Amino acid sequence: MTLTKAELADLLFDKVGLNKREAKDMVESFFEEIRQALESGDSVKLSGFGNFQLRDKPQRPGRNPKTGEEIPITARRVVTFHASQKLKGMVEQHHANN
Amino acid sequence: MTKSELIARLAEHLAERNSQLVYKDAELAVKTILDAMAGSLATGQRIEIRGFGSFDLNYRPPRVGRNPKSGSSVSVPEKFVPHFKAGKELRERVDLALLAQEQV
Repeated sequence: MTLTKAELADLLFDKVGLNKREAKDMVESFFEEIRQALESGDSVKLSGFGNFQLRDKPQRPGRNPKTGEEIPITARRVVTFHASQKLKGMVEQHHANN
Repeated sequence: MTKSELIARLAEHLAERNSQLVYKDAELAVKTILDAMAGSLATGQRIEIRGFGSFDLNYRPPRVGRNPKSGSSVSVPEKFVPHFKAGKELRERVDLALLAQEQV
């Protein structure tokens, strides 16, 4: 019970009428374009669904949980997702009805 | 990048590949994908896109909150909120881009 690229490609085949090859390529390109935008430091705003943003985290002290040895956690850039009000509403609504 | 920019980029790809598909197809594909993803989460079904990430629902227990204007307490019912976890490839590519940028 998980939505994957295969199911999304099937939907493009069934509902949009793309052939199998086109559907698979389209799904792959969809996620690749989002990855490339984020990679280039650009945030991605998909109205009605949500926003993908980047956060730069400074270096901070860390610890190897096994040995207890102190090792710094290097500065890094991470992706965060903020669901739109619409998506949050859909998720809450469904839960309220069940 | 906005949704319309994403559609435009996908349409450019189609043209580059001499596909029979046009802008309208890219537009409908993006709408269909996003509707399916939102619909999946709305019915409690998680999403797992290898190399990109996964979307799950996180449970928020009921709590007593406050109306910040009047100060009166209101009970907030339990709910589920969408949560995204970036996949390995996305995480590494975004982080490597930062490292490359720092070395310039």
